[in-house]
This record gives sequence, structure tokens and C-alpha cells, in this order.
Amino acid sequence: MATKKMLAMDSSEIKRALRRIASEIIEKNNGTNELAIVGMVTKGVFLGNRLVKEINCLEDVAIPMGVLDTTLYRDDVNSKNFRPRVEQTEINFDINGKKIILVDDVIYTGRTVRAALDALMDFGRPQCIQLAVMIDRGHRELPISADYLGKLIETRKDEQVLVAVKEIEKEDMVYIVKDKKKSVKDGK
Amino acid sequence: MSFTRKDLLGIEELSAGEIQSLLVAAVSFKEIIERNVKKVPTLRGKTIINLFLEPSTRTRISFELAGKYLSADVINISAGGSSVSKGESLLDTAKTLEAMKADYLVVRTPFAGAPLYLAKMVKSAVINAGDGAHEHPTQALLDLFTIQEKFQQIRSLKVAIIGDISHSRVARSNIWGLLKLGAEVTLIAPPTLLPIDIEKMGVKVRFKIDDELKKADLVYVLRLQRERQRGGLLPGLREYARLYGINSSRISKKAMVMHPGPLNQGIEIDDELAYGPRSLVTDQVTNGLAVRMAVLYLLVGKK
Repeated sequence: MATKKMLAMDSSEIKRALRRIASEIIEKNNGTNELAIVGMVTKGVFLGNRLVKEINCLEDVAIPMGVLDTTLYRDDVNSKNFRPRVEQTEINFDINGKKIILVDDVIYTGRTVRAALDALMDFGRPQCIQLAVMIDRGHRELPISADYLGKLIETRKDEQVLVAVKEIEKEDMVYIVKDKKKSVKDGK
Repeated sequence: MSFTRKDLLGIEELSAGEIQSLLVAAVSFKEIIERNVKKVPTLRGKTIINLFLEPSTRTRISFELAGKYLSADVINISAGGSSVSKGESLLDTAKTLEAMKADYLVVRTPFAGAPLYLAKMVKSAVINAGDGAHEHPTQALLDLFTIQEKFQQIRSLKVAIIGDISHSRVARSNIWGLLKLGAEVTLIAPPTLLPIDIEKMGVKVRFKIDDELKKADLVYVLRLQRERQRGGLLPGLREYARLYGINSSRISKKAMVMHPGPLNQGIEIDDELAYGPRSLVTDQVTNGLAVRMAVLYLLVGKK
């Protein structure tokens, strides 16, 4: 399969972006009071963990971190042959009254974030929910936007954005992947 | 590892990989039933019909709740209050329910093979909730899930199944499932309650309680199905209780016990063991919900 991979962000750019997002979060929320991070399965969890660390470096507080899987809240469960593996959600703190920072790697159609908002609301009534993503690749289908953004990248629908992380791909990189043979309809 | 079937009819036809993918999915659903809001919107707009032609409490309620936790609409039909009592055939009933656009038919019947027959005749996903003495796949899946949760590993685990094997669909489904996942299975029962040639499934057989039971890591006690006993198989319940009843002195000190319910108290198992710390009976019931949610989820939309 002929694929073309273009580098969009390297590891130091990612690190700087995370550091900037961490300070923006603290600034916008006037500190870390009631803050909590919820990472979306899979990559959002790794990025969320790093934000927790960066915030810890800056303010010397450990803010709670949860993991959210949105599979059961998706709007395409009925489509044929679509059956992604359900991963585990783990939110071990009370989200009532919290300021939740929802973290994901890429925002595309906005449908995953929509599902995540519904899922979070089932856990309680947070004070607010803000969205942090590493890459905004455009093509939104819902009125949703990121509050904190690593980088805006213009993409075509037949391209994919791959956010690689040390924990899985052994490196922190962001690539634009273009499959020359088949056009990819969906997905990051 | 994936699950692509339209129906769930038995454990016999499943591969070890398919069983594992159901068990893995169930872990995520177990988290949902422990939340404050035990509901996700996944099966919104789907209809599940529980067609129960035999009495049942836990299986029916479990399917009903599993469907409701996934936001499906669930309807229960029993033999008594339906046209089945006017003599409508099972196929007619199923065709009628299909025409009302039921997405799932959960079927409990006294007739072995009836769910398979229906699965071929209707578009709805058919789930076998027990057919005669044939299979009860979701029971076996919840048992396997409970065992895996407790022992982490099913491979090489020594499991003794004791009781009325002949009449037990639970035993048959569990034997298939345990063997496929690599457990060592011993059946213990009076010869009159054992099917002929059951050894050919790959299990050890004992007619009496002996050392084999003491070696077991897990003792699975079956319900003595008094409603299915023909005359003459057992001299009496008291004798059965004396010879085959399970209490803590008869099993290894480390062994855990399971029972599919409902219990005949003081006959096949004594109360102290059934409700004690070594019993997994209540875990089985909770896990039944998670497993049935996983089954409903993995069968959605396969037409």
C-alpha cells in the first residue's frame, strides 16, 4: 500500500504546545481550583497525562485525571459492520462542580466530542467543560470548537492525521498520512 | 478477535477467540452498571423482545435490565398470557414479532434447537436464553467471565461440575466454554444423571465424590432440576443430598463455589457455603448483566 507520510509536528513542538496549553488552562481558570482532566481513549489519555504533569510543574498541584471511552455514545452504532472495541471508562472522582478539561488528539467532525459531552453529563453536572486538542484538522460537522489548540492544520478529507506518542509509537510526532490507493473517508 | 454473528445460539459453535471477545467487551459494560447513572444511549430505538416459554426470574430480569441499561425498549412475553396458549406455533409468534420490527428475540423454550430454527426463519437477532437440555450460552459466558475475574486465567484451571448433568443446559454450555478456554473439567454425578458417552467431550467422569473433587480449584454445583426428573433416576432427595451435596468439608480449602441458581437449599449445596465468602453466586448474577449487555451490543445491526 503506497502511503505518503508528512511530518506536521516534531517532539519538541509537541512538548512546547503542551506546555503552552497547560499555562493557558491555568490562566483562563484563574489557577487550578476544581480543575480536572479527562482524556479521551486512546491518545487523549496520553496527552491528558502529560498535561497533568505540566500543570504539576507549573503550579505544584496534582489535579485528578479520568479516562473516557465514547464508543457507547457514538451516533454511528447502527451502521453495518461498525463495531469498535469498547474500552473502559475510569472516572474515579466526583465531577459535580468540577471544571473539566476534555483532552483528545485530533478534532475533525466534532462527533466524538459530542459523544464525550453526553457521556460526561451522565457522570454528573460539571461546572464547565473545556476542550483541549493537539490538532484541529477542520471539516467540522457540528458547532464545536477547541478552547485550547496545539496546531491548526489544513487537511483534505482523504488524508489522515496521526498523532504518534512515545507510549505507543515510541516517538512523539504528528504526521499527515496520505494513502495514494484508496481515499480514506473517515477518521483520524 | 471479533464477533460477527447475527445470533447467539450456543457455545458449541463459538471459537475461543469469539468467546474471549465477548468476555473482553463485558469488562467495559461492568463498569457501566457500577455507575450512578446506569444507562448509555447505545441501543436507543432498538426493540428487544423476551419470549420466555418457561419460567425464569434471573435470566429474564437480567436480559430486561441489560437492554434497559443500553436504552433499548424491552418487552416481555410469557407462554401464559400470549397466543401461545391458544395454540399459536413458535414460528408464527416469532414471525409476528419480526413483523413488528423487533431487533432482538431472546428465546427461552423447553425445546432443544428451537432458537436455531427461529434464527434461520427471522431477520431479528435471536439469542438463546436456554433451550431444553441443550444450551444456555449467556449463562456459560457469565460463568466464564466470573471465573476469569476471580482466577485471572481459565487455562489449566481444575473445575469440577457436580449434579444433574443430563438435564442441564448450563452444564453443557459450560463444558464447551471451559474446554475451549483450556480448563480441565471433571463431571461428578450419579450414573443415572450423566448422558452416555459424555467422556467423548474431553472431560473426566466420576460417579461419586472422591479425591478428584478435593483437587478442584472451582466447584460448580448444578441445580437438581426437580421439574425435569422422570421417576426412578434418584432414590430420593435426602439420599442425593447425603451422597452428592456439597459442603465445605468435601471440597479443598482454597476452592471457590458457583451455582447458576435458583438454589435448592440444603440439597445440592449447604447454605453456609452458598452464601459464604467462598461463594461466587452473587458475582455471577451481577456479571450476568454485564455479559448480556456485551452480547446485545455485539449483535446490533447484523442482518
